[in-house]
Amino acid sequence: MDMVRGHILCCGGTGCTSSGCDAIIKEMEAQLAAHDLEKEFKVIKTGCFGLCALGPIMIVYPEGAFYSRVTPEDVKEIVEEHLLKGRVVKRLLYAETVEEDNIKSLNEVDFYKKQKRIALRNCGVINPEDIEEYIGVDGYRALGKVLTEMKPQEVIDVIKESGLRGRGGGGFSTGMKWQFTYNSQSDQKYVACNADEGDPGAFMDRSILEGDPHAVIEAMAIAGYAVGANQGYIYIRAEYPIAVKRLGIAIAQAREYGLLGKNIFDSGFDFDLEIRLGAGAFVCGEETALITSIEGHRGEPRPRPPFPAVKGLWQKPTLLNNVETYANIAQIILNGADWFKEIGTEKSKGTKVFALGGKINNTGLVEVPMGTTLREIIEEIGGGIPNGKKFKAAQTGGPSGGCIPTHLIDTPIDYDSLMAIGSMMGSGGLIVMDEDNCMVDIAKFFLEFTVDESCGKCTPCRVGTKRLYEILEKITSGNGTMEDLDKMEELCYSIKSTALCGLGQTAPNPVLSTLKYFRDEYEAHVRDKVCPAGVCKKLVKYEIIADKCKGCSACARKCPVGAISGEIKSPYTIDPDKCVKCGVCMDTCKFGAIIKK
Amino acid sequence: MKSLAELEAIRNKAKGSVNLRKDDNAVRIVVGMATCGIAAGAKPVMTALMEEVAKRNLENVAVTQTGCIGVCRLEPIVEVMVPGEEKVTYVKVDPKKAAEIISEHIVNGRVVTKYTIGAAQ
Ligand SMILES: Cc1cc2nc3c(=O)[nH]c(=O)nc-3n(C[C@H](O)[C@H](O)[C@H](O)COP(=O)(O)O)c2cc1C
Ligand code: SF4
Ligand code: SF4
Ligand code: SF4
Ligand code: FES
Ligand code: FES
Repeated sequence: MDMVRGHILCCGGTGCTSSGCDAIIKEMEAQLAAHDLEKEFKVIKTGCFGLCALGPIMIVYPEGAFYSRVTPEDVKEIVEEHLLKGRVVKRLLYAETVEEDNIKSLNEVDFYKKQKRIALRNCGVINPEDIEEYIGVDGYRALGKVLTEMKPQEVIDVIKESGLRGRGGGGFSTGMKWQFTYNSQSDQKYVACNADEGDPGAFMDRSILEGDPHAVIEAMAIAGYAVGANQGYIYIRAEYPIAVKRLGIAIAQAREYGLLGKNIFDSGFDFDLEIRLGAGAFVCGEETALITSIEGHRGEPRPRPPFPAVKGLWQKPTLLNNVETYANIAQIILNGADWFKEIGTEKSKGTKVFALGGKINNTGLVEVPMGTTLREIIEEIGGGIPNGKKFKAAQTGGPSGGCIPTHLIDTPIDYDSLMAIGSMMGSGGLIVMDEDNCMVDIAKFFLEFTVDESCGKCTPCRVGTKRLYEILEKITSGNGTMEDLDKMEELCYSIKSTALCGLGQTAPNPVLSTLKYFRDEYEAHVRDKVCPAGVCKKLVKYEIIADKCKGCSACARKCPVGAISGEIKSPYTIDPDKCVKCGVCMDTCKFGAIIKK
Repeated sequence: MKSLAELEAIRNKAKGSVNLRKDDNAVRIVVGMATCGIAAGAKPVMTALMEEVAKRNLENVAVTQTGCIGVCRLEPIVEVMVPGEEKVTYVKVDPKKAAEIISEHIVNGRVVTKYTIGAAQ
């Protein structure tokens, strides 16, 4: 074995790729060569570390020095100071990791301390394009164990016993689903992986596939053995080019090592995988639509039953699981159901990955045990709300979910308690909102998304969501009536009970939950014609306070539409009929004389 | 892949390398590599240490460098930190001594007292 004395891990996830990690890796390789260090250090391009907002990220081991926002110009300094002379470049360290004069271990940093990484365990740790690195962290041992020591029913029993539930949104028992597919009699069965990831706020499935593709491949092979399938499909959106590429490399390497293909581990079990690209329609994440799309047809849902476990791909029994669900499987097989059951709450076992976004200091990916409270995620892991603003609500479950208000911030997050408060786990988007967010506007944002994404097959969804959106539009323009609020609520319930698929059935949730917890805000829009957060443009008014105005004319010169007039040294005024509410004048005034109402 | 043994062989080969990335209780061997250390021959010492670790397939051993330790006249200096034990500082190390430090101290757990800073002073 070649001995290298240091590893330079560069994040090659989508976030860091867009902030320029490729240029940094290139520069690093050039600098190592220039200093004759290329044999002593190994540069490894990994998947996402979870702190994408700080990218590009580079971690140098064995010190564990966590460099953030690295630029190509910084690389030379890292090489000459740190790698050559052993002096860590302090100014580039992620500030959270520095304690007095020492580097804190990453596990001690607030962002990582409360996390428990099972699905993300290898993301940011191994090179996803090198199967041997995956094998080095126990990869494919679970598959080996299953194929050489366990019967299919035994595998299913372990998964059932573990309490694992689907991470794709529904939260259905994974073991039960495997059992149903196993029980279906057929000459041919399939397994499939849902990597459509349509929730606009979520990107955990992408990160897992980019950072640890073999974990999904191994789990699908295990699932294939358990349910009696020897062909699998991974349905992934074409907008994830890095994930698609790494997955392709990983599948090719697995074949080369005989971990996919014929007679794996000399057990007589054959299994192979194919990638299918989706066009990125939200509805294609719905299981029946996904199956039709893999078959090569237009991705439209169909009524269930029959469920895919009975009639799926090409009318054959098909097991469909989400990427993150699969990412837990090998660990459960290796460590046992009891190990997994220890983590989480009574009915929700294990961990969940969340994509933290919105008004939060540490945006990124976090994996926490089920039952962690929203407060812990926001205040401790997420580092709180920026600019000293106040927390107002958190949105989970994306377009199918709802908002959690301040008084419920101590709710332990699991499938059932989120349901109980009118939200849902969904795929794991978690958007934090502060006092500057308007809840009516948020509901409108999600409704706009569903209107766009509705496939149009059934009327309640196609027409109903459009009507809902129109009412919201009316309210945010100041033309709503109190009856509209009641009408809207009624419409929500009728869409929920009559839409054909999950998209339509859950589309009203963002409206219902904001109506429930923030009715006063809706009423303010309707009755007082004001938007309390000052977001809805049609309701916002800019005014100059005459007492504070020094008559400097700065605002008038900046106003793009010439809405401000006055005479130097006396108070200026805004013509509300001309004003387009761009807010420029307010940012311009040095004297705080302009207010937004 | 035909057998678990075959998988195990690859795993063992790759494990040592991936282990370097865990910041747990690894044995750390630190070489003083500032200007005077390099002038005194720290680089061949570093190479010898690394080769020895590789040859013996030692897991959980990290060889790293540091800047000025402060006693230039005793360079090359190698510090060995075993979790739970006191740091041992070896001085005037050459490649031969480096190999001995690995085999005696790291593998057999016996400090090579004659090369330590205590013996030199
Ligand atoms: C409109 C809609 C979109 C969905 N999008 C996804 C998705 O992007 N990814 C996903 O895994 N599941 C999605 N689902 C859930 C799937 O239908 C299915 O329940 C899931 O993939 C099953 O895997 P699991 O049991 O491992 O969660 C969606 C459901 C609906 C109704
Ligand atoms: S509920 Fe919406 S997305 Fe689902 S089938 Fe009906 S129209 Fe299509
Ligand atoms: S908000 Fe914009 S358009 Fe309105 S007065 Fe100020 S600068 Fe002019
Ligand atoms: S910038 Fe402020 S102080 Fe100057 S004219 Fe406008 S409102 Fe008055
Ligand atoms: S993509 Fe680099 S940390 Fe997420
Ligand atoms: S420079 Fe080597 S000990 Fe000071």
